[in-house]
Amino acid sequence: MAIEIGETAPEFQLPGTDGETHTLGSARPAATVVYWTCNHCPYALAWQERLHQLARDYADRSVRCLAINSNDAERYPADSFEAMIERVEGEGGWPHPYLHDESQQVARQWGAERTPHVFVLDRELRLRYQGAPDADYEDDTQNAAWVREALDAVLSGEEPERARTDPVGCTIKWR
Amino acid sequence: MLRELMEENGLDPASIEVRQIDTDAEAERESFPGSPTIRIEGEDVQPPGDAPIGLSCRVYRLRDGRPSPLPDRRDLEEALRAVRG
Repeated sequence: MAIEIGETAPEFQLPGTDGETHTLGSARPAATVVYWTCNHCPYALAWQERLHQLARDYADRSVRCLAINSNDAERYPADSFEAMIERVEGEGGWPHPYLHDESQQVARQWGAERTPHVFVLDRELRLRYQGAPDADYEDDTQNAAWVREALDAVLSGEEPERARTDPVGCTIKWR
Repeated sequence: MLRELMEENGLDPASIEVRQIDTDAEAERESFPGSPTIRIEGEDVQPPGDAPIGLSCRVYRLRDGRPSPLPDRRDLEEALRAVRG
């Protein structure tokens, strides 16, 4: 299973490190960014601050951001829910919720493949962009440019010029 | 990167031994802190510290502190030069 550009994203209900349960459809912001990440992948870690900055930059433009960890915590204890909570607390909080997809069902439904893997939805929760944050995990100046381009297009009511890129990172650790 | 640096330092890339670690038991046996791990003359290019042993992706730290899937090029280069003598 996977969602294609233009399709409505599947609903989900997942626990967050903030103690709340988060659903996709509970809000209808102008755009939603859902990205898969984890605690131990070096690519996810390299891109993390860029995605956090994006969340901060677009917070006042009705853009909702959610991060999801679907890794098998049994084989990779660093990705347990407890470790997620500890990480967020240790980092002084995140600018958006960090959710745990223990069953990996949401990752499978959405077609998430790697960490990070970014999905940008429009106001109707239709997929408008998916892929990597930008062209180079090593270059902080890239600044999650591909996601920003997609968001700017969606917020302007236009189709992103670049709707899809190949996600780069460690594969999601399936059971 | 490793092959390129070996050639630049007059070392033969064909001497690289690639080993695939497939099980937790193998990881324990080899004290494998994650992929990729590069050992030169038995020494890790970047000491893993308290990184857990297992079949995970390894997080290196570049010299400027940023996380990376690969060791800092300079660390690798220095390790190769030390072997070359």
